[in-house]
Order: sequence, then C-alpha cells, then structure tokens
Amino acid sequence: MSSVGNGDGCCAGGSDGGQRHVLAVDDSSVDRAVIAGILRSSKLRVTAVDSGKRALELLGLEKKDVSMIITDYWMPEMTGFELLKRVKESSELKEIPVVIMSSENVPNRITRCLEEGAEEFLLKPIRPSDVSRVCSRVLK
Amino acid sequence: MALHISSAPPISAFHHLLCFFFHDTYPEMEYASSLQRQLASMKKNLFDQGYLDEQFYQLEELQDESSPNFVEEVVTLFFRDSSRLVANIDQALQKYPQDFRRLDNFMHQLKGSASSIGAAKMKNECTSFREFCNKENREGCLRSFQKVKKEHAVLKQKLENYFQLLRQDGPVDKATRSGN
Repeated sequence: MSSVGNGDGCCAGGSDGGQRHVLAVDDSSVDRAVIAGILRSSKLRVTAVDSGKRALELLGLEKKDVSMIITDYWMPEMTGFELLKRVKESSELKEIPVVIMSSENVPNRITRCLEEGAEEFLLKPIRPSDVSRVCSRVLK
Repeated sequence: MALHISSAPPISAFHHLLCFFFHDTYPEMEYASSLQRQLASMKKNLFDQGYLDEQFYQLEELQDESSPNFVEEVVTLFFRDSSRLVANIDQALQKYPQDFRRLDNFMHQLKGSASSIGAAKMKNECTSFREFCNKENREGCLRSFQKVKKEHAVLKQKLENYFQLLRQDGPVDKATRSGN
C-alpha cells in the first residue's frame, strides 16, 4: 500500500506558529469530507462549505484568517471559476491563493483558471500527495 | 534397542508452552487475529474483483486516532448521497421527452462521488451511462442504469459487511495496526 507523506507538518504553522486555515468549497458532501480529511492530516485548520456564496460570506468575515482557498470547479449557482474571479477582483481577497479541483480534464478550462489567477488545478479524486505538493508551494 | 531422546532444543519446548499458555489464557488474541485475517481477505477480494481501487487505500491512510472511523463516515455519506441521486435518475428516466442534460448532471455527481471513495466498478458503469447520455440513447441509458443500480447495491452490501466486521475488530487494533 502506498505510503503518504502527510504527517510531516509541511503545511503546518504560519510565522506566528498557529495553524494555517484553509477554506474548502465543494457542493458534494463526500468530496467535502475527503478534502477536509486530507487537509486536516496535513495539520491544517479547515472550514468546508458547500457553495461559492457561503465561501464569500465566510471570507467577508474572516479574510485575514484564510491562507488558501481550494474549490471545486463545477458547482450549481456559482462555479469555482466564478468564485476565483470574485476573489481575484477583490482588493481585500486577491492575495489569497486559490486552487481549483475538477473531475474533468478539460484543457481550456484549466487554462482559463490558471490565467484568471488560480495557483493550481487539481484533478479529482484528490490525493494527499496532491495537497502536500500544493501546500508546500503555496503556503510558505 | 536404542532409546530415542528428543534433540529438540529447550527453546522449542518453551515456545510450545508459551503458545499453549496464551491460547488457553487469552483466546481473544486468537479471535482477534482470525478477525484480522478475515478483514484482510475481505478487503483483498474487494480490490481483486474490482469493486474498489487505490483511492480507497488513500482514504484509509487518513485514518488515525483523531479520526478513527474516517473511511466509514465518508462511505456512509456516499451511500446517503448516491441513494438520493439514484432515485433522482430513476425518476428522470421516467419522464418524456428525456432531459439528457439533467440526467448527465445527476450522473456526473454520482460518478464523482464514486470516484472519490474508490468505487471503481460503479465509476465505470457511470461512465458508460454518460456515454449513452451524450448520444441521447434512451435505451442505452436505461440498460446502463440497471447496471449502475446493481453495482451500487452490491457495493453497499459488501461495504456494510466489511465495516460491521471492522467494528468488531475495535478501534485500538485499527489505530496501531499498519495498513495493508
């Protein structure tokens, strides 16, 4: 069985020693549980919400606290791409790194997201190694 | 006639004595290892027969003392959502004219969740269904959906049996035993 490097605290602790806070956005309860589990195993504090709307509400309240947003692409009402755009258009939120997840490998979708400012585009099913890699790069 | 004297070293006899002692005094140890063998065999079958794939192992790796039932919780969520989606698809298939886009949307969700827990056979049947959907082939969708429902029901039963046995194994053993 493959061993996953998830206990090394690669994503743990900001400069103030506190846990980094990641906002996970996915309309699927299964995928929310999986991504939350992966993030927590990387010693990150996680808030998981089911829509872009809820994500923006939370960001309005806790923007300084959120170190990274990881969002599904395909969600009803507001897609992950639309959420990405709203974050990058906001002077208060635009510095927060955004990672997009999708179950579909659509090249022009990936390009659009990266051009809009996404840090990375991950294909589902998300694996702990994907998250470790992203966190090591994004959460310095 | 020469008398045969056992040349077995003393440690061997001691070992036998120890086994007898522990078996007699701690029968639950034998029961625990028998349970673990059953679990390992069950899991191996689930993988060998293609019901589960690597993603399931990835989820198991996330289990620890702080979330000892993580996989069962995720699987429970899956069957809660998937049962709803299967019912939605069933209903949508009864409508005429067929809304293939809506069907595909439901199946996209089902396939995604199946993939996230490593439900390989289900994922493959969902893919077949979506191919029929894209071609707007209603008969194909109906046939394919029967297979999706069958795989869903079979996986549910098999995983229920697996987790029932796992619960008997106890959280301490799960936390300290290395994954396989």
